[in-house]
Amino acid sequence: MSDIKYILGSFGDPDEMMHGIEKLQENNISIYDVYTPMPIHGIEAKLGIKRSRIDIAAFCFGITGTCCAFALIYFCAVIDWRVNIGGKPSFALPDFIPIMFELTVLFCAFGMVLTYYASTHLFPGRAPRVMDLRATDDRFVIAVDAKDNVEHTVIDGLLKDAGALEIKYNERKYISYE
Amino acid sequence: MGTHNINFSEQFEFTGKVKTLSIVGIALGAIAIAYGFFSGHQERTFANLLLMAYYFACVCMSGTFFLAVQYVAQAGWSASILRVPQAMAKTLPIAAVILVVVISAGLYTHNLYHHWHADGLTVEGSPNYDAIIAGKSVFLNVPFFLGRQVVFLGVYSIFSIMFVKFSYNEDLAGGLNSYRKSFKNACIFLVIYGFTTPIFAFDTVMSLEAHWFSTMFGWYNFAAMWVSSLATIAIILILLRRAGYMQWVNNSHLHNLGQFIFGFSIFWTYVWFAQFLLIYYANMPEETVYFYKRFEYYKFWFFLNLAMNFLAPVLLLMDRDNKRTDAKLLFVAIVVLLGHWVDYYQMIMPGTVEEGHNGFGIIEIGTALGFVGLFTFTVLTSLSKKPLIAKNHPLLQESLHHQL
Repeated sequence: MSDIKYILGSFGDPDEMMHGIEKLQENNISIYDVYTPMPIHGIEAKLGIKRSRIDIAAFCFGITGTCCAFALIYFCAVIDWRVNIGGKPSFALPDFIPIMFELTVLFCAFGMVLTYYASTHLFPGRAPRVMDLRATDDRFVIAVDAKDNVEHTVIDGLLKDAGALEIKYNERKYISYE
Repeated sequence: MGTHNINFSEQFEFTGKVKTLSIVGIALGAIAIAYGFFSGHQERTFANLLLMAYYFACVCMSGTFFLAVQYVAQAGWSASILRVPQAMAKTLPIAAVILVVVISAGLYTHNLYHHWHADGLTVEGSPNYDAIIAGKSVFLNVPFFLGRQVVFLGVYSIFSIMFVKFSYNEDLAGGLNSYRKSFKNACIFLVIYGFTTPIFAFDTVMSLEAHWFSTMFGWYNFAAMWVSSLATIAIILILLRRAGYMQWVNNSHLHNLGQFIFGFSIFWTYVWFAQFLLIYYANMPEETVYFYKRFEYYKFWFFLNLAMNFLAPVLLLMDRDNKRTDAKLLFVAIVVLLGHWVDYYQMIMPGTVEEGHNGFGIIEIGTALGFVGLFTFTVLTSLSKKPLIAKNHPLLQESLHHQL
């Protein structure tokens, strides 16, 4: 039909946008994603977005840090170079705990930052890719996949009814800042 | 439940089973204390009285601390649950009087604080002369000690009553006046509280073993009292909600309290461990004696303490859903509350009760029950006096629509 990849409904008001989401869902039109300049309560539930699994990732990174720290200190202080400190045994677990704790925090923090970069394609030096620049400023944007939902006029009508200020047809998925 | 059908004058009715049970608790406590005195366990009874009176006062004053933190942070989420910590704050004067009475009675009958309060301890040439105690006697003498107790508890009580009063005035008059006054006084209170609670803990608990000292002790006690107070607030809220009151309290409020309990349990462990590690690492006899006693004679309690106050909240409250489920949060809050009894138990007992006379039995359980009954009775009585929601709190709507 055409080269249109995404239909973007741009709203000036978050409540109208939420209403637009409802309208689209009532008509069984799948929503690709929604972009807003600020967090909106309840939008995850409405869009059926699954809970983030960042906590599981954080746990894995953290436990890796704990193990690395333990392995490092154990190798240094117990296997490789035993030092008599105040007559204590080489394997004095309480002494290990602060370093294990710190490396847990360090690995967890770095790991979560990297996870965040990976999942949002936000590597340093990379131009951010956005669908509509004004979604970062003052507009609330609903993106509908134009290839999956062929009745474009219906989508247009629904978005307009809900109060969309502007409808855009993107032929490329992203426009970048460049 | 929608926020449109909230009854802003809903009041708690303190009657029936709860009231009977709390009075039964007080009676059992009185019997246990009498039994303790007449069966020749005076020291142990006094140690238990001090433990529970201290616990009681700490939970109540941390209720005031909770109020002050919420005002200073201008927190919106808690606006609809403030009446519970306010009821605890209102009870502080009673708790303070009980604590001062127990301390002075113990002090003058030489059942408590006999490590630094005995004849001739500070008199040079006397057979009892103790150079270390004499060196500390500028700070650790009876008038100054009792004076500090009275002043600290008095100041906390005055601020508690002020915060409660501001909130009640707000109900009647509305407007921002009360909120501004609460904010200003909360700032002053937090500064005073932050600097004086460590000294309060040094006095009340650390001076039981007057030779020993630890600068971490104040924060360690602060963490304990704060987390036990948060657990108490959570328990009261969950039970009230189950009894059909305060239906506006949703899972997100519980989630916040759960996060607080989780976070400050870790903070407690952090401070506990910081104190332990420094003493373990430096290995100086005058410091290690504290842990030597606890590890030799109270080994079970030593590890139970860590299990209940660290492992239980960390493992059980790590998951988001557990913080939001009232049964699970209630369980953890009870474990933490009992855990801090164990914490105080092994702070106080080794320094007050001679080896062989200590133990865990009727006196411990009875005294604890008595104070739980007293706490329930006094807090619920003051809770039932006023509506359960501060209807003119400026951030109330934020709290009613709280969602995490």
